[in-house]
Amino acid sequence: MKKIKCAIIGPGNIGTDLIYKLKRSPVLDPVWMVGIDPKSEGLIRARDMGLKTTDQGVDGLLPHVLADEVQIAFDATSAYVHKSNSDKLNALGVLMVDLTPAAIGGLCVPPVNLDQHAKAQAMNVNMISCAGQATIPMVNAVSRIQPVSYAEIIATVSSKSIGPGTRANLDEFTYTTSSAVCAVGGSRTGKALVIINPADPPMIMRNTIYCLCDDAPDQDRIRESVHQMLAEVQKYVPGYRLVNGPVFDGKKVGVFMEVAGLGDYLPTYAGNLDIMTAAAARTAEMFATEILAGRYQLKAIKEAA
Amino acid sequence: MANELRNLKDRKVLVHDMALRDGMHAKREQISTAQMIEVATKLDDAGVPLIQVSHGAGLGGNSLQHGFAMHSNEEYWDAVVPKMKKARISCLLIPGLGTMKELQSAYDHGVRSVHVATHCTEADTSPQHIAYARKLGMDATGFLMMAHLNDPKGLATQGKLMESYGAQTIYITDSAGYMLPNDVIERVRALREVLKPETEIGFHGHHNLGMGIANSIAAIEEGASRIDASVGGLGAGAGNTPLEVFVAVCDRMGIDTGCDLFKLMDLTQDVIFPMMDHIVRVDRSSLTLGFAGVYSTFLLHADRASKKYGIPARDILVELGRKKMIGGQEDMIEDTALTMARERGLLKTSAA
Repeated sequence: MKKIKCAIIGPGNIGTDLIYKLKRSPVLDPVWMVGIDPKSEGLIRARDMGLKTTDQGVDGLLPHVLADEVQIAFDATSAYVHKSNSDKLNALGVLMVDLTPAAIGGLCVPPVNLDQHAKAQAMNVNMISCAGQATIPMVNAVSRIQPVSYAEIIATVSSKSIGPGTRANLDEFTYTTSSAVCAVGGSRTGKALVIINPADPPMIMRNTIYCLCDDAPDQDRIRESVHQMLAEVQKYVPGYRLVNGPVFDGKKVGVFMEVAGLGDYLPTYAGNLDIMTAAAARTAEMFATEILAGRYQLKAIKEAA
Repeated sequence: MANELRNLKDRKVLVHDMALRDGMHAKREQISTAQMIEVATKLDDAGVPLIQVSHGAGLGGNSLQHGFAMHSNEEYWDAVVPKMKKARISCLLIPGLGTMKELQSAYDHGVRSVHVATHCTEADTSPQHIAYARKLGMDATGFLMMAHLNDPKGLATQGKLMESYGAQTIYITDSAGYMLPNDVIERVRALREVLKPETEIGFHGHHNLGMGIANSIAAIEEGASRIDASVGGLGAGAGNTPLEVFVAVCDRMGIDTGCDLFKLMDLTQDVIFPMMDHIVRVDRSSLTLGFAGVYSTFLLHADRASKKYGIPARDILVELGRKKMIGGQEDMIEDTALTMARERGLLKTSAA
């Protein structure tokens, strides 16, 4: 079967883990890894795994896009350079799946709104953050039953699973996740908290989701909705687990989750890495399937002046 | 030598009061603006140069995770800042919870000093916030929480990182009230070895093992020049180092704090003690925090979970310590209580 060829920008934790995910895909084929440091371990590893590499940034990839038929690119660099990366690749008709907190494209959480993005023929979709991918499905599981005035999510990740880029730019992570809790989760207001825990051996990613409903929660329907959503996410992240809850306290609903990874690049504790790369891969697969079926026309977008 | 008291006569120490920030934890974030004004003006009048005012968890603290205060931080600052004759107002910022937007707001409302706080191994989550505070012209502190969980050399490396971001003071923060004087001495010494001479060292204690004063004096002996304390000891766990007791000890030793002891005593007795919802002291739960090395703020959350799920607070706190939960993970208290209740057959339904 024909596969859609992909490039990955950023050979860090996320970019490297993505290689494993894409290599298993029936419709995606990772062919390029883009970095900026010739000595980076990530580029060497990508080469060992059979990808072409450049250490000249996106500019090093551009001359090869058409010849190598790259149609989807994943950006795992930083919010600050994403816009420039996206403009250059969109101009060549390459669809961008953005794993930085830049959020210039539509915010995508696969079980909640991937269909809409595919229908809209978007050329840039944003994957929000690991915390967003792990929690927004549950906010949505409550808000699709009854109005939620406020949702708050608390993500705790192991220190070893958080790279230098995220650490140095923690506010972007917080802002993007908070706004997505509302925009995609469906609450009227929202807040995201992130905690980095250094325990050794590393702890598995934990996520707590609180929703304040306008009225008394319909406990049975919310419980059912949460379990349905759990099954949806488990289709692409098998280690997505409900530890406790939903618990009800007045108008508050509490859900306590854990995310174990597949252990591709980092060990299983780094569920945050997996849920992000798995969501990105699932998103790209949906687009790839549409492209292969001829229902989705990638179009070159001229850079805005 | 570490075990021999040095002559500290005429050493100057800058005391930083925590009652209106750390004390918010002990009050479940319910301190009125009138109470804030009364305490802050009396601290100012007693010569306390720096007073922290905000939600217990600092900027962005108003949340289901950390509780909603009676007022926004901005309302508290607007009430207190204009009343200050000499004292400056500070705040706390924990990256991951507070952001630069909120720091800008703090500055706009008259806050001039900030503790930028990270867990003791995660200093590299603070560069944006420390740099931003300095850009605003604020006094910026790198505040290494749960400092007992990093060894002296590791803590020094983290402090050096924060100094490189622009922090003017590095704090050893004994969030669990676990440290003993020798633990403090080793850490101050390690920091002093690597930090620039002009970078100050601070110590923030909790009184869970009754060591707040002794640890603060030990820190000063090794060269710390800033001490966090809380008038009347109003703070999380068994409270912070009680300010009036600390000032009394400093007076006896000839350490210069610039504070008026009798005014602080009166403030404690007449205002702080009547404000307390529970007596902030070493009791079974707060002693458990100190002994097990658990974040002091967990105390009241564990008491609440204990009542709700029928698991003794001490069992919950010990389990949280065993699972190496750190500051900010208050959600894991209810989660842990739920799991323990299920294991003990106290829950009707199970999640799985």
